[in-house]
Formats: sequence, C-alpha cells, structure tokens
Amino acid sequence: MKERSEKTRVYLDFVIRMISASGALLGLVFLIWILAVVLLRGIASIDWAFFTELPAPPGMGGGGLANAILGTLIITVLATLLSVPFGLLAGIYLSEFGGQSKFAQSIRFFTNILMGTPSIIIGIFVYTLLVRPIGHFSGYAGAVALAILMLPLVARTTEDMLQLVPSALRESALALGMPRWKVTLNVVFRASKKGLITGIMLAVARISGETAPLLFTALNSPYWPENFARPTANLTVTIFNYAMSPYADWQQLAWGASFLITFTVLITTIGVRYLVRDKHVK
Amino acid sequence: MKLLLERSTQSRSDGVFRLLTILGGALILLIMALLFIELVSNSWLSIEKFGLRFFYTNIWDPVQQEFGALSSLYGTLISTLIAMIIAVPLSLVIALFLVEMAPPPISKFFGMAIELLAAIPSIIYGMWGLFVFAPLMARYIQPFLQKVSGNFFLFEGPPMGIGMLTAGIILAIMILPFISSVMREVFLMVPSVVKESAVGMGATTWEMVKVMIRYGVQGMIGATFIGLGRAIGETMAVTFVIGNSHVISTSLFAPSNSITATLANEFAEASEPLYLSALIELGLLLFLVTFLIQMISQLWLKRIQKTMGVQ
Repeated sequence: MKERSEKTRVYLDFVIRMISASGALLGLVFLIWILAVVLLRGIASIDWAFFTELPAPPGMGGGGLANAILGTLIITVLATLLSVPFGLLAGIYLSEFGGQSKFAQSIRFFTNILMGTPSIIIGIFVYTLLVRPIGHFSGYAGAVALAILMLPLVARTTEDMLQLVPSALRESALALGMPRWKVTLNVVFRASKKGLITGIMLAVARISGETAPLLFTALNSPYWPENFARPTANLTVTIFNYAMSPYADWQQLAWGASFLITFTVLITTIGVRYLVRDKHVK
Repeated sequence: MKLLLERSTQSRSDGVFRLLTILGGALILLIMALLFIELVSNSWLSIEKFGLRFFYTNIWDPVQQEFGALSSLYGTLISTLIAMIIAVPLSLVIALFLVEMAPPPISKFFGMAIELLAAIPSIIYGMWGLFVFAPLMARYIQPFLQKVSGNFFLFEGPPMGIGMLTAGIILAIMILPFISSVMREVFLMVPSVVKESAVGMGATTWEMVKVMIRYGVQGMIGATFIGLGRAIGETMAVTFVIGNSHVISTSLFAPSNSITATLANEFAEASEPLYLSALIELGLLLFLVTFLIQMISQLWLKRIQKTMGVQ
C-alpha cells in the first residue's frame, strides 16, 4: 500500500461520504418528485363524478372512471381469492412438511423464478391459455393472470412467517394429541396471523398496479363490468390508453387514475410496514 | 430439532392435509412447466418459418408477413445497459451510506424512501416519464449533452425527449431499490471482525469500506444480476418513453423499441396467426433470458451465503 499523508486520506474519506450521501439523496429526490407530480396533477381530477360516472367521449369534458375502479376492485379481489388458498397450502408444505427434501427445494427454486418472471410473460401465458382458445378477452383471464403473479409471493411469505413460529409450540400441541392439521391451522396460524396478513396485503398492493398482464387478458372496456367473460374495464389499462391518446381531458383522467392507484398502493405498503416493524429473527 | 415433527402421523385427516399442501406446492411447478410449453407451442409457427433469421434481421412487416426482431433485441440490450451503468454504482454508494455512514434514524428514513421507489407501479413511472421527464430531457438535458459532446454520434438528431437514454435513466431509478437492497444484505454479512480490524489499524471509513467491498465483491455481482433481471422485463415505463419505432439508430435520442415495448404496443392488434406467433416468440425469448438470469443469480447468491457464513 502506498503511503499517503493523513490529510489526503481524511479528505478522500470526506469526498466519498459526500458522494454516498448525495446518492441516497438523489433516490429521495426522485421519489418525492414522482409522488408530487402524481399528487398535483391527479388531485385535479378527483371529484364526485370521477367515482360515479362512466368515461365521457373526448372533448365532452366531465365523466369519470367508475367502471374502471369497480373493474379493478373485482379483478383484484378475484385474483386474491384464487391465489391465497393455494399460496397458503404451498407455504405450509414448504415450512411444515417439505424441509430440505429435493421436492421442496425445487418448489422453492421455481417459486423464486416465478417471482422474478416479468409480469408481461404471465400476461402472454394466460392469453394463450384462456383468451386465444375461447376467442375473446375477459375479466376472468385478467384475474387468473394476477393470481399467478400473486401465488409465489403468498407462498414465500407464508413459508417465512411459519418458520418464525418456534417448534416448541408445535411439539406441545402435538403432545396433547392434536392432529397435525389442527396444530397448523389453529396453533401455528394463530401465532403467525399478523405476518400472514401482512404478506397477503403486500402482495395485493404489488399486483393492483400491474398493467402488462391485464393488457393481454382483461383488456379494457368503456362500459360497466357486467359480464366478466368479456373485456373488463380496469384502471391501469385505462391509464395506458388515455395517456397515449391525443385528448387532453382523457390524459387528465389518466392522471386521476394514476393518483388513485399510486396512493392506494403506497398507503397500503407503508401502513403494513408500520404495523409489523422488523420482526426478523436473526 | 425437527425430528419429532418429521414423524409420520397416523390419522387419515393428516394424510389428506399433507396431500393438499403438496398439491399447493406442485401447482407452482405445474405453472412453470405449462408456461414453457404454452410459449413454445404458440410461437412454433414463427420459429419454423423464420428460424435463426428472426434474431439477426430487422424487417418487421405485418403486411408482408415477414418478421425479424433485431430492433427489439437491440433496444432491450442498450436500454438495459444504460440502466445498469447508472444504477450499479449508484446502488453501491446508497447501500454504503445506509449501512456504514448514516446514523440509524437517517438510515432508516432513506432506506424506506428507496424501498418505496420499488412500490410505485411501472405505469406511474411511465406517466411521469412521458409527461414530466421526457419534456425536461428535450428542453435541457439532451441539448446540453449535444453541446458538451460536440454532436457525438450517440447524441445525434433532434432532441425529442424520448428514446433509449430516457428509457435507460427511468429503468435505472426503477431497479435501484432491488440492487441496493441486495448490496445492503451483502455489507451486513461482512463479519464485524473484518471491519473492526480495519478500524483498529487506524483506517478511515472509506478505507474500511474498501476492505468490505473486496470482501463482498461476489455478492455485488449477484446484486447486479438481480437488477438486470428486473430491467430486462420492465414493460410499461419503457413502452411510454422509448418511442416505438422499429428503426435501428446509433443515436440514443432516436425513437427505438424494446422486446417489452413491442409486445405491449402490438399484441392486442395482432390478428394474423403468424404475427401473433412472432410476438409470442419474442415473449419466449424474454422468458428464457430472465429465467437464465434468475437461475444464475439464485445459485450464485446461495453459494456466497455459504462461503460468507451467515450469522
């Protein structure tokens, strides 16, 4: 190592510290910038009509996104109902039965891979599975696509949360003669309830802002979501269509929808984090 | 420890319960397998007709039924490369700041802010990119770059605000949280003995950090891979700002395309079987590439955890 004077070393140290701090600051600046823009531009659209009326033709002014709000809600709820039971089962298997067996290890491996698969791929997959054979886009296909995105998230958090429950708890319940399924559902689940709900909420927040998978499945519609076997209105594809349109009032509605989605997702994420403060057992 | 629990249970209800959970786990394997089969079979038409030509020609003509996806591949490659060049060093300094330099409350606050960047949906980045960031690029940043570089070939053409550079910068912001969070983990894995001995020798924070970086360099490569996998598959943000043109240009200011942008823009309109098949082949390619990246980074990080000995 070269001999450096004390002064140079301290000076260099200071410079590096400054660079690091500005890097972190830059991240913060972008966050505040994006949120501020969405807030300022979006809030102008938020009124009673926004939540109660159908979109108006361009140039007419007024109108709202009631159909898209409702559609997004229903698709998200359906996706959650579809994925949570399977995700919980998979998580229980990994935590309670699978251990380090080859089968469990391969499920863990592919769960991670599925988590890292771009959502647009899931959209294409569900298109080939449920849209192409049937012949038209549908809200159901959209819900299935989001459910597939959610499944690995729920499975992973379930495993992590159940792992945190001490074995002694299981053993005492088993020693009392409780069957294994009862132990899992009544004792282990009760002990990790908070964590499980957190995981599911975060997963819901993650999928509710997804656009690409819905673009190939639910598509969009200017009408109320009456028939889920048909293209169904939703917020994110509406944002995409309206933002790309040349009409100022449609773009304004897209900002309103962006505001709604962003702050719903952020408030959920922050709220959930706040409720469960770093319970990582190291 | 778990021996007691491994004991197979007697009752029938437990057998059923166990079987159900196995089915839940198997569903994930089934989805993975089906995903692969569906993508291959649905792009077979295009694979048969164009073969390898699909990857090195650049004719994208739905009317003539001739498809070569070079412009999309090129766009994905370059925009991802720009994102990595910006995001990797930035994530490194952010992780350092959070782990070693900032006092705990400040570190917590900034850590939360960086994490929230990951919670913002892709389409919101798209909106901000198209309506706020792209005009800013067109008015100030691109003309400035042209002036400073003396019309360097990468910065040629009219500054329209969209294009590869804008997409790359937005991608960089989007993958920042993923890379920096893995780098944080890596720094936290460095044994305190290593840090303490450096400080004990009278090292400054930066000198200690250099020792840590040398120690955790493999983990950083893993973190980079995680970010890469994210950047390649990112759709909406890129679709909004990349310009959607199948012309390959050397300039980073020219409208271009990427695999994901092509898919998002053209999928709903593709009525011809061959056109659709070509698009699904693009999807298959994206799937294989991200699959490979995920696989490598998983195995890589697992190995590092073993060698570094997680406490």
